[in-house]
Amino acid sequence: MLYREAGDFKTSYASDNQTFPIRFDRYAYWVVMAVAFLVLPMVMNDYWANSIVVPFMIYVIAALGLNILIGYTGLLSLGTAAFMAVGAYATFKLTTAFPAMPIYLVFLLSGLVTSAVGVLFGLPSLKIKGFYLAVATLAAQFFLIWLFTRYGWFFNYSSTGQISMPERSMFGVTITGATASSTAVYFTCLIFTVAMAWLARNLTRGQMGRTWMAIRDMDIAAEIIGVNPLIAKLSSFAVSSFFVGVAGALMFGVYLGAVEAGEAFGINKSFLVLFMVIIGGLGSILGSFLGAAFLVVLPVLLKILLVDNLGWPADLARHLEIMIIGALIIVVLIAEPHGMAALWRTIKDKLRLWPFPH
Amino acid sequence: MLDQPAEGYVTADGRQIGPVVLELKNITLRFGGVEAIKNISFDIREGEIRAIIGPNGAGKSSMMNVISGFYVPQEGEILYKGYKRRKMPPYQVARTGIARTFQNIALFEGMSVLDNIMTGRINLMKSGFLKQALWWGPASREEDEHRAKVEKVIDFLEIQHIRKTPVARLPYGLKKRVELARALAAEPQILLLDEPMAGMNVEEKEDMSRFILDVNDEFGTTIVLIEHDMGVVMDLSDRVVVMDYGKKIGDGTPDEVRGNQDVIDAYLGVAHE
Amino acid sequence: MSDNVLFAMEAALNGVTVGIMYSLVALGFVLIFKASGIFNFAQGVMALFAALTLVGLQNGQIPFAPIINAAFGTSIHNFGWNLPSVVAIPLTVLVMIGMAWLIERIVLKHLVNQEPIILFMATIGLAFFLEGLGDIMWGAEVKRLDVGIPQGMSSWVDETTYNLFGYGFFIDTLSLYALGIAAVLVTGLVLFSQYTKQGRALRAVADDHQAALSVGISLRFIWVLTWSIAGIVALVAGIMWGSKSGVQFSLSLIALKALPVLILGGFTSIPGAIVGGLLIGVGEKLFDFLMQPVIGGATENWFAYMLALVFLLFRPQGLFGERIIERV
Repeated sequence: MLYREAGDFKTSYASDNQTFPIRFDRYAYWVVMAVAFLVLPMVMNDYWANSIVVPFMIYVIAALGLNILIGYTGLLSLGTAAFMAVGAYATFKLTTAFPAMPIYLVFLLSGLVTSAVGVLFGLPSLKIKGFYLAVATLAAQFFLIWLFTRYGWFFNYSSTGQISMPERSMFGVTITGATASSTAVYFTCLIFTVAMAWLARNLTRGQMGRTWMAIRDMDIAAEIIGVNPLIAKLSSFAVSSFFVGVAGALMFGVYLGAVEAGEAFGINKSFLVLFMVIIGGLGSILGSFLGAAFLVVLPVLLKILLVDNLGWPADLARHLEIMIIGALIIVVLIAEPHGMAALWRTIKDKLRLWPFPH
Repeated sequence: MLDQPAEGYVTADGRQIGPVVLELKNITLRFGGVEAIKNISFDIREGEIRAIIGPNGAGKSSMMNVISGFYVPQEGEILYKGYKRRKMPPYQVARTGIARTFQNIALFEGMSVLDNIMTGRINLMKSGFLKQALWWGPASREEDEHRAKVEKVIDFLEIQHIRKTPVARLPYGLKKRVELARALAAEPQILLLDEPMAGMNVEEKEDMSRFILDVNDEFGTTIVLIEHDMGVVMDLSDRVVVMDYGKKIGDGTPDEVRGNQDVIDAYLGVAHE
Repeated sequence: MSDNVLFAMEAALNGVTVGIMYSLVALGFVLIFKASGIFNFAQGVMALFAALTLVGLQNGQIPFAPIINAAFGTSIHNFGWNLPSVVAIPLTVLVMIGMAWLIERIVLKHLVNQEPIILFMATIGLAFFLEGLGDIMWGAEVKRLDVGIPQGMSSWVDETTYNLFGYGFFIDTLSLYALGIAAVLVTGLVLFSQYTKQGRALRAVADDHQAALSVGISLRFIWVLTWSIAGIVALVAGIMWGSKSGVQFSLSLIALKALPVLILGGFTSIPGAIVGGLLIGVGEKLFDFLMQPVIGGATENWFAYMLALVFLLFRPQGLFGERIIERV
């Protein structure tokens, strides 16, 4: 089967608007879904699940959220990790306050709580732009983390200052806590990732996504043709924070199990998610997947290669990783400001014409 | 011009011109100490093509910005459909049925032609946030209905072939046309065109003139036009306002303006020998 | 005077020490921003890198020793000599100039005409790269830096204040030196930009890129020049901070604090950077001192950003910046 759209005629606007206009892509999508839901859980061991697949999926959700803010709306945020912390602490407070609440609902509500906090810190975006806004989000980063470590109410006055996830189950399956199986964790993350990606896709392809992009590309013109900047920017903050909050909730609830705000959600995590978005591709859903995959796998690869095989000290590998990521950011911005996703698109465009490129 | 009846009239080429739809009264606009517009009044009738001309820096674009709500004048008032327009942000002005294009193209460069034009329908689409998020029934159906309307505009302006092209890749002339399409997609009652033909060659100008006339003719859209090409202005417009140094120095039919001594001195005197 | 007022005054004076550091980093930001419109996130890491290089040169460390040792199983560390500061500092200046040249060549040249936000993100990448490079080149452990600036409490301040108020203030001698050096640096920069040919070109570029190009000013030269000057300013900041608390990673976090400083002072104002730095330094110490009993300590973490946020809402152009009129 050749990779092309010729012969695949669209007879309605609905079919022209679908996510994967090329037949081959549609098949590829179903194959990926089948592998993710049926094959991977059978073949994957715990090491793979815990060190790569689960963090990858959680970071995908966070990157999708940040991408909506930066890539689609053009609002720069350096406070992603703090909003993840909001999701995590909301999950902790909700589960401990309402033990009977279904855990998936807790995760979603945590996203909504983060949404509200995000809107609050997004308010300055109505008056300030570009890297000025970065400062507003830095305020969120440092203030929220300070709040969570300073006030006992947030961590239920535990002596360590940590929050730890109690055991919760749904449909008789343990999902959180120490006894949760890696399969349960995997499926939880998978369901959320697929659902969130689908939401992101719907929001960005409709009128809402267009108003975000209009604000990104030329905010003054957008306002003159009828985009309400207040609603566009705040809705972007709300949606973005919802995603980031759910990612934080999952990070704490099913992945880490116990966290301390300053350690798990420091400024470096904000940068990590930002880099996923830049390397993967600004303004691209696929990019959020590629960027997250790349930056989750890179340290693991470097560790296996340098530390396990060559016996280098671990901190040296860590420094090398920082250097590589920094260099990559620059290379990506110079060569292809739209990241890996744009590279992928170029390859597909070439493939569409292959083997007759002229 | 004063002898035209208030309720409207029919032009020589058979178009129906209605009563006054937008009236600007004693508008004064200042930037700091500079007066960009000095006490200007004029009106725009329903269905007419109204041109604003004048040398560079005369305040034409500022006038356009006042009409579209981007600048708020310090003095004077705007009557729209008989009512005084209260102070409102530009996006609300857009909702009252006023759409515009820009002197320096203001398209959304990162989006496709189709998305740009769809954005023009922002105030006509109603689906709420949740429906869009779930892409169920109403939202997806609405998207398709509006897509159909947008396709009509695309056909009308003959830009079918670039529908899915990112705007950044288009040549200048086509960008201007896409911008017109985006404004038209809003189905405006008044369309403001800020130098729609600047930087175009003769052929492109002819195309654009034809589109402007067609829009006016087919949809009955009122058009306010800023243009430097005198030939085009005199051909297209029903009435012309002439500005110089922020003041109004002439107002009337193309013929009246052509004969106005102030206008000849200030502006046309150089262009017509 | 009551004790509390005295303590508050002492806290404020200590804020000056930190504030000068913020000012110095912010100064580097302003220089680069004026000349190229680039918001250089890497300024703080440049200070770290400069300090690491200086220490490395002084101690005769072999560059990249950690990675060479790991790769070849060797165990080399030092050349076995120690360079005096008078030699090591000029050498470090040369390194910083070389780095400016490389940054222009490898990074900036390819990003001309990109949007500011892309350039900003590129400098975030640069910051991470330099951080990793510094650690790999010179090792990541905290190092002592001594270029001969006297350390410890200033007995002069102690005695004077004791005689005045009956309570001796504790102030680092180093901060007094830092204050002096910052003043000299700013005066030098102002003189340079007012009275030299390059300074004039610099101001021309800051005013209008296109116009400057059209009269034959080489933009690339100007960029290398500003990044070099910013590198030297970073070295000064690195020496100050390194002498006080050792050369370590925390230095690069100062870069983040410089952001609010710039918002207060305005992105294009050299005096603004200095005043803004001092305001933030003093402000956060005072705020912490006053609010500690009420909301708890460690407010320095966020005070600067919150202050900047409030500021942005009411005076987006900063204390000394010019107002921007938007056009279509």
